[in-house]
Amino acid sequence: MGILFEKDNFSLFVRGFLGTIELSALSALFALLLGVLLAAFRVSPVPVLRGFGTAWVTVFRNTPLTLLFFVVTFMLPRLELHISSFTAAVAALSVYTGSFICEVLRAGINTVPLGQAEAARSLGMGFGQTLFLVVLPQAGRAVIAPLGSVFIALPRNSAVAGAFNVFELFSVQKTWTEDSAPIFVSFFWLALAYLAIGFAISSVLSLLERRVAVAR
Amino acid sequence: MKARRTVAAALSVLALTAVAACGKDGTPDSDAGKGGSAAPQLPVYQVNAAAKLDASKTWTTAKTRGKLVVGAKSDQPFLGFEDVQTGKRNGFDIEIAKMVAADLGFSADQIEFKTINSSARETSLSGDQIDYYVGTYSITPKRKEQIDFAGPYYIAGQSLLVNKDNTAITGPETTKDKAVCTAAGSTSVAGIQKYGAKVTTFESYSLCVEKLLTKEVDAVTTDDSILKGYAAKNQGQLKVVGTPFSEERYGVGLKKGDAALQKAINDALKKHEDNGDWKKAYDATLGLSGSAAPAVPALDPVS
Repeated sequence: MGILFEKDNFSLFVRGFLGTIELSALSALFALLLGVLLAAFRVSPVPVLRGFGTAWVTVFRNTPLTLLFFVVTFMLPRLELHISSFTAAVAALSVYTGSFICEVLRAGINTVPLGQAEAARSLGMGFGQTLFLVVLPQAGRAVIAPLGSVFIALPRNSAVAGAFNVFELFSVQKTWTEDSAPIFVSFFWLALAYLAIGFAISSVLSLLERRVAVAR
Repeated sequence: MKARRTVAAALSVLALTAVAACGKDGTPDSDAGKGGSAAPQLPVYQVNAAAKLDASKTWTTAKTRGKLVVGAKSDQPFLGFEDVQTGKRNGFDIEIAKMVAADLGFSADQIEFKTINSSARETSLSGDQIDYYVGTYSITPKRKEQIDFAGPYYIAGQSLLVNKDNTAITGPETTKDKAVCTAAGSTSVAGIQKYGAKVTTFESYSLCVEKLLTKEVDAVTTDDSILKGYAAKNQGQLKVVGTPFSEERYGVGLKKGDAALQKAINDALKKHEDNGDWKKAYDATLGLSGSAAPAVPALDPVS
């Protein structure tokens, strides 16, 4: 258990922890924006946008995350598009997580009674106003729990980035293992770190749920 | 919106081409080297049918079994590589395994190669899962506590692989502030960091080579033997530069306490080094990289 406090291991661990948080927070932000946009596309009256949203979700929800990392890390440079490893990781994670968020939100939109949208339209609101002022706020309240699962999965998924030149928690494990640290000990500390992140996210979300959830 | 659609279309196409490209990149061109008219040929080894090594338990078991089980790597081009389509193995380490086998009285088709990862080498030797191991296996005092080594048959050292047109990097001293790629967690990381290089790490060397080909890193570093394999795979595009700045003595790993087998393998290595097979094997594998064969190392005494 003492491995964390040997040599520079503690600062290494902290760096990995911050790396995971930074990566997850940025990806969560972009994934949320992307998810909202895609959900709007999927319920919009324009067939082209609906088709685009469906295609996006189908492709990126069914592609293994590691493969997405391969694409952004090794295919984009072949097309003369050079981005840093960290940007690449954020891109892969956002694109992947965004498609899940889109589907969660769409399920939420389906829970909002049709009369709400009809009432908004009869007040003279356009599609955008109806969606963003009336429907989405209600939809969001309904899906806080499933949305929470997506956001808790994100930091754990971000461990894939460790294999693609991003320093995060999982890279710490690799360094320790190479240093012949007992596998159980490094597992213990890393699991604890991921648990702490997950617990923090779920606490925030359950607080949010108590505040805004719709009582039906 | 239109731009967004274009981006999405491009991304979906990318996702598909990536799958195709991965398959292609994973398989080194087995035709490499056949292009030139005077491509070096692999040597043919004379099987010593009269070989008798009753003092070695490993040998007698293998003889009764009718075949030799040899541990090797499967993912190092021109060193120890398995073509997954044909199931055939090739490379310099594989040639060493074959020349040793021939002297022990086993023909090439009497060898069964088994892929053993670096971390499992000592356990599979002491657990009798393999008869001997040839695969960039460095002789170290710590390993010698568990197993024995014959050889060394090759002395490798950390070196640098760069693009052919790169003249800025000539050795480790010139890598200051340059982007250098290596495998995550390997000892090469510390080896190059002390020269002030910016280190990039991926799971495997082949991913580093990919980054080198797209010029996102300036160099790839690890044992020169491995780098030569990649240079040979990408002939005309990459080159190995500088003199090695560490020393890895590759040996043939075998079960501890089998002095008879250790001596027999040492004799075999000596014989094939002297009759030119060693050089021929090098030229037809790692030699395709354009790097000349290093000197044949002196063998360690039998312990």
